[in-house]
Amino acid sequence: MLKPERISAAVYRAVLDMHVRLPRDVGTRLEECARTETGVGRRVLEHILRNVGLAGEQGLPMCQDTGLMWVFLQVGEELSLHGLKGSVSQGIAEAYRDGYFRASIVQDPLSRRLNTGTNLPAVFHLDLVPGRKLQIDLLAKGFGSENCSRTAMLQPTAERAEVIEAICAVMRQARGAPCPPVVLGVGLGGTMDYAALLSKRALTRSLADHHPDPYYAELERDACAAVNALGIGAGGLGGSCTALGVAIETSATHIAGMPLAVSVNCWADRRARIVLEEET
Amino acid sequence: MKKLRVPLSNPAALRAGDEAVLSGTVYSARDQAHKRLVALLDAGRPLPVDLGGQVIYYTGPAPAPPGRVIGSAGPTTSGRMDAYTPRLLDAGLAGMIGKGYRSPAVVESMRRNGAVYFYAYGGCGALYAQCIRAARVIAFAELGPEALSRLEVEEFPVLVAIDAAGNSILA
Repeated sequence: MLKPERISAAVYRAVLDMHVRLPRDVGTRLEECARTETGVGRRVLEHILRNVGLAGEQGLPMCQDTGLMWVFLQVGEELSLHGLKGSVSQGIAEAYRDGYFRASIVQDPLSRRLNTGTNLPAVFHLDLVPGRKLQIDLLAKGFGSENCSRTAMLQPTAERAEVIEAICAVMRQARGAPCPPVVLGVGLGGTMDYAALLSKRALTRSLADHHPDPYYAELERDACAAVNALGIGAGGLGGSCTALGVAIETSATHIAGMPLAVSVNCWADRRARIVLEEET
Repeated sequence: MKKLRVPLSNPAALRAGDEAVLSGTVYSARDQAHKRLVALLDAGRPLPVDLGGQVIYYTGPAPAPPGRVIGSAGPTTSGRMDAYTPRLLDAGLAGMIGKGYRSPAVVESMRRNGAVYFYAYGGCGALYAQCIRAARVIAFAELGPEALSRLEVEEFPVLVAIDAAGNSILA
């Protein structure tokens, strides 16, 4: 039995921390960029690093847009648990309250747009996996970058270069709006909705990880280089540091198509992974 | 590095690419506040604040922790305000602070009205919280973080992204 209070406590700690401290791989990439970038983009990266330092020292969120919480649950089929979504939601709401994070969620999209005040509900996805573990992947998705995310239904005959071009097209349209240097999550295959889900799952990966298939790992590197050659730069003020990384997740798809989705994330790449095991 | 007082005395003197720190008073407003301001203009009614010569900062701050005047308060994407901005510039607005590019219609209106667009470092909410000395809600309090507020800022770092002649440093 995995107790609900264990789950909510783990989510609470992860959410409090993710807004105040960057994942180590992201911090390291930003520092590398600040050393290599020239021109105005360098000033942007210097301010970003100062901001990250201040946030950590003072316990303030790095960015006021503390995002919409996206949750991916991988539930071991042999686990016994109850109230899973409720305990995750409780951890989120308590962390937003205690962290003085901005509540950014409105109840409905069009008719009234009333702020729920708790940053709930989160967006949940669920998968069942073998075993007795629960893995919770969390993204706090800022919407300056999310508004730049796109899907495209490519032709089944599309070449590698067309996939890279479709990824570049998303950033050409986004320019400085999503707070570059960005992290791009790419979903390729499946259906339109599944490609979109894969693009978010790609954002849960560390920048140090690559696609297990060398073909796609190379595509990740080449797509990243192509985006960095666009000249958008940090803050959209010009330069060679536009993307910190491109992560691609792939899936089987239909003979007639090649769905592509790109989730754009800002440099404030707020993600966390929690793994809980049932006590035996 | 230019040290500028806000409201600006001479926005037309600034050049795209200038690095500056702003001290003085700015107003925070974003999506819903813009929609409401333009609705008031459309209805021929007075605005809650005279925008003549003023600067609007596109931000929706995080709540203030105990002992602070404001929480994290970095810039939001300016482009979402583009549909409303020319109306506010025609009503006297002299400057805007945000992140991201602006539409050709906004740049044209800036030229006509002699206004300037500042880039604030995107995502740097904690850094900007240090530069805000006071914050007071002026109107639309029910919008929470989207309320129209008056902010007293000190040494608030920006770059001139688009100047009053329409020159831009945005990629």
